[in-house]
Amino acid sequence: MSVPAATATMDRLAAHFHRRARCRWPEPIFWLGVLAVIFALPSRAAIINEALIAGLFALSLDLILGLAGIVSLGHAAFLGLGAYAAAILASQGFADPLLGLAFGAGMAALVGLVSAPLLLRGGDLTRLMVTLGVSLMLGELANRNGWLTGGADGLNFSMAPVLGLVPIGFTGQRNAALYSFAVLFILFVIARRLAHSPFGLALAAIRENRLRASALGVGASRRIVAIYTVAAAYAGSAGALLAQTTQIVSLDLFDFHRSADVMLMLIIGGAGYLYGGLIGAAAFIVLRDVISAATPEYWEFWIGLALVILVLAGRERIAAAPRRLIALVAPRVAPRGAA
Amino acid sequence: MLTILLDGVAYGMLLFVLASGLSVTLGLMNFINLAHGAFAMIGGYVTALLMNRAGVPFLATLPAAFLIPAAVGVVLERTLYRRLYGASPLDQVLFTIGLVLMAMPIAAYLIGDEPQQVHLPAWLSGRIEIHGVGIGVYRLFIIVVCGAIAAALQMFLIKTRFGAQLRAAVDDARVAQGLGINVDRIFAIAFAVGSGLAGLGGALAADVVGGIDPSFPVKFLVTFLIVITIGGSNGIIGALIGSLLLGVLDVAGKYYAPSIGAFIIYGVMVVTLIVRPQGLFARGDAR
Repeated sequence: MSVPAATATMDRLAAHFHRRARCRWPEPIFWLGVLAVIFALPSRAAIINEALIAGLFALSLDLILGLAGIVSLGHAAFLGLGAYAAAILASQGFADPLLGLAFGAGMAALVGLVSAPLLLRGGDLTRLMVTLGVSLMLGELANRNGWLTGGADGLNFSMAPVLGLVPIGFTGQRNAALYSFAVLFILFVIARRLAHSPFGLALAAIRENRLRASALGVGASRRIVAIYTVAAAYAGSAGALLAQTTQIVSLDLFDFHRSADVMLMLIIGGAGYLYGGLIGAAAFIVLRDVISAATPEYWEFWIGLALVILVLAGRERIAAAPRRLIALVAPRVAPRGAA
Repeated sequence: MLTILLDGVAYGMLLFVLASGLSVTLGLMNFINLAHGAFAMIGGYVTALLMNRAGVPFLATLPAAFLIPAAVGVVLERTLYRRLYGASPLDQVLFTIGLVLMAMPIAAYLIGDEPQQVHLPAWLSGRIEIHGVGIGVYRLFIIVVCGAIAAALQMFLIKTRFGAQLRAAVDDARVAQGLGINVDRIFAIAFAVGSGLAGLGGALAADVVGGIDPSFPVKFLVTFLIVITIGGSNGIIGALIGSLLLGVLDVAGKYYAPSIGAFIIYGVMVVTLIVRPQGLFARGDAR
């Protein structure tokens, strides 16, 4: 290929990726809509706050699962770590929320950085087991070191107002939701830039075919460690937010079901395009609220059923559902395909 | 000292029977079946309910505790599991987590939240002294029964025609099919045996773990997975050694260093994964 042609191809590619990275019109509407919901439903602020934090947690899983294709059954490790780091800092008298947020994210990132090399060996099953094992170990560590974490009793602490102005916590649930919203928005924008950066494209290459990526000079190891650390920081921030806005930390933050739930949220919303985690988390929290209001004990059943159907129907084919719906309603209009 | 060792061995044997089914489905058939504990729960419930509500003696309930989960297993395998044999690990994980989430409320709905106790018959309770070493009769019973199951399973997989067919089907399903082996049937039977063993393990474990309740599938899921991880996933011997190691370490750890608690077994698992991702006793190289 001659040099001008190569440059032209490069230009076209660059233009293509630039176009893809641009902000599209539904995005501001989405964020304004979320903001409107916070102001419109002050009585439901607590659950909105929970959904926002769950969205951040699911976003962090999307960074590793959706972008880099790394499965994890122990993502709750970083949620718990961030929550406990923020709570312990607050209980020691450093009550500033932003300081606690940074500390929680930092601690989670540190553990993510240290544990990420474990993910580089073996297959998916090994990764599932390693991540699960790490989260269980951290949970046991929190359980055994009651002098620091309060053990099964949890911790008692109070938070100062955000930036010294906006009080959060039980009395200011709407402020808490706004605080979570602001953090989520900022971190989302960063994640979005990351996903469209050369680094994000390299991760996509690694996800699709690691061998081929390394043959093209895109080494996997350092990039996987990097994205895992970032994702850990995100999950740590979600944990810190959860601790600060509810002012409760408990050992169940490290539980297996937290890791399973967040995976479920991401799968409901769809992995790989960042909004999936947010939509899935909102759907999950609302669904859980509605179902558990109807049948408080058995709501898990319906979540499980949804999951089984989702997998059996094929997660990829869900995206094609609208078209199939048309085919179902008006079979003569739509071209016939495999049922 | 010896008492602790024997207790550990008994616990390990129990873990082996609980996890051996998983080493068939996960290890041999490469299916990440996180719902394994649900089959163990069914077995435990069968024994507990037959004893408490129908007055059937303990030993007589054990065959049912094997057969009913096996039947449930084969139905689920034929209808649902088989669709996901070639699926990605993530899909298998999601699907089986979904099954667990469904199994727990069903159990709570049908049977209730409170743990169902298995009351051992008199001849199995109490302790005896052998050369000055005290051991619970039931522990001894578990060691004998589970040891027999381990031996039978190993013979079944290595010596019988079925075992050879199963290993062939796992190594290369297409070639095995071409050689006239009915791979579908083989997998269905293997899955049924795995589920049945889980049920039997659940029935035997009911007394040791303080009754069967709806949270059983999740409570022991992690333990099963650790056994398979430590033992390596492609052999009964690996699973047996893994379970015994885990059982002894866990019991000894709880006795000698209670402050560390469950940390030991998680630590062993993570270290194992770092040193040998394919398991301690796996043959061949990692995939």
